[in-house]
Amino acid sequence: MKSVLEILKEIRPEFDFAASQDFIGDGMLDSFDMVTLVSTLDKNFNISIQGTDIVPEHFQNVGTIEALLRKSGVEA
Amino acid sequence: MNLVFKGKRVSGVLAVLPANERSFLDEMKNFNFPEQRSLKLKEVMGYDKRRLVKEGVCVSDLGVFGMQQLFDRGLLKPEEVDALLVVSQSPDHFVPPTSSLIQGRLKLKQDMVCMDISQACAGFVLGLIQAFMLLEQESIKKVVLINGDVLSRKASPKDRNIYPLVGDAVAVTVIERGDETEVIHASIKMDGSRAAALIIPAGGMRLPCSAETAVMKDVGDNNLRSQDHLYMDGAAIFNFVQMEVPPLIEGLLERAGRTKDSVDYFLCHQPNRFMLQKLADKMKIPHARMPNNVVEKFGNSSGATIPIALTLNLADRAKNGTLQTCLAGFGAGLTWAAMLLAFRNLAFCEMVDYP
Repeated sequence: MKSVLEILKEIRPEFDFAASQDFIGDGMLDSFDMVTLVSTLDKNFNISIQGTDIVPEHFQNVGTIEALLRKSGVEA
Repeated sequence: MNLVFKGKRVSGVLAVLPANERSFLDEMKNFNFPEQRSLKLKEVMGYDKRRLVKEGVCVSDLGVFGMQQLFDRGLLKPEEVDALLVVSQSPDHFVPPTSSLIQGRLKLKQDMVCMDISQACAGFVLGLIQAFMLLEQESIKKVVLINGDVLSRKASPKDRNIYPLVGDAVAVTVIERGDETEVIHASIKMDGSRAAALIIPAGGMRLPCSAETAVMKDVGDNNLRSQDHLYMDGAAIFNFVQMEVPPLIEGLLERAGRTKDSVDYFLCHQPNRFMLQKLADKMKIPHARMPNNVVEKFGNSSGATIPIALTLNLADRAKNGTLQTCLAGFGAGLTWAAMLLAFRNLAFCEMVDYP
C-alpha cells in the first residue's frame, strides 16, 4: 500500500509535498488534482471518500489528508 | 416542492445523437496541460468519446429529425401531437420559440400548444412534469417532449474544465394518458442565489455578445475562455450535487412509501463518471444500478443524458416489461429534481444518429 506522500508524488512529481503545509495555496494541487487524488486514495485504501468531503480544507497538507482518510474509515 | 401525478405514462423515447464523433485522445493537445495528467483525468472522469453537432446544426434540426423518424416509421402520427415542449438552454433564436420552428417545419396542426422551457440538466424531469400538467387538459391527449442541447457550440476548446465533457444530443419523448391507478411522485427544488455557478455570461440582454465579450482570457489552471462561453464552477457544482441530491431522492422515496430496493435503476443526469460514483456511494446504491457510461460514449448532453442512459442501457427491459426507475436531474438554475417513474412496454426506446 502506498503512502499519501507517494501518491501525491505520482500525481504531481514536480513538487516537494513534504516541504509544504498549504498545497492549494502553494499552487501544488488544483481541483482536478483533488479529484485524481481522491480516486487514487479510494483505490489504494479500499474506501470511498464522501463527495461532501472533497473540499480544499481536507487537502491542505499531508496531515489533513491523513485525517480525512481516518474519517473515511482508514485505521491509523 | 412535492408533486403527484396520476394516469400518465411515457410511451416512447428516442435519443438523437449527432453522428460526428470526437475523441479526447485527439483533443488533448488543445489543452495547455501535461499529457500524463490528462490521461489520468480521462480514467477518473470518463472522458473518451463525444458526439458533437457540425457547425450550424441546432436543437430544432435534431428534434425535427427525430420526430420525422417517428412519423416515417408509424410510431407517431403528426395529427396526434397536441402539445410540443422543447426544453433547452441552447435555443435556435431568442425569438421565436424553438418549439414553434419545429411545429412549422413538420407542418403540425395549428390546434396545439407549443412551449419552450429554459432548463438544462434537470430538463428531462422538468419537461415530464410540464407534460403531465398539460395532460390534465381534456383536449391534450399526447405530448411530445424534446429536450437537450447543442452546448458544444458555446464551450471554449481551450477550457479543460468544460470542453472534454460536453456533448450534443436531444431526446424525443412521447407522453400520454395512462392507467389512472398509476401514481407518479416527483420533487423539485430551485436556488437562484447560486445561479452564477453555471452560466454563459454574454449573449443575452444583460450582456450582449460583442468583440469585447469574445476576447479569450486566461481564467486560471491554464484554461482560456471568453464571456461568450459556458462557465461552470466545477467545485461548487460538485458539492451542490453531493449535498442536495441524496436528501431529495431519499425524501421522495419516503413520501412515496418506497425503498431504494424497489427501484430497479437510478437514472441520474451524467456530468462525469466520478460525480455519479460518489453520488452512488453516498446513497449506498451499487454503481451498477446508477449507470454512469453516457459521458464516456457520448459526452454530457445536458438534460438528454437521462433518456440516453435509458436507451443505451435498458431499452429491452423498458420495451418488454416494467422498469422501475428513479430519475434525477440537477444543474443550471440551480435546479434539482427527481421522479419515481415506471417505464412499461414502451413502443420505442432507442438511439438514432443525426447524419
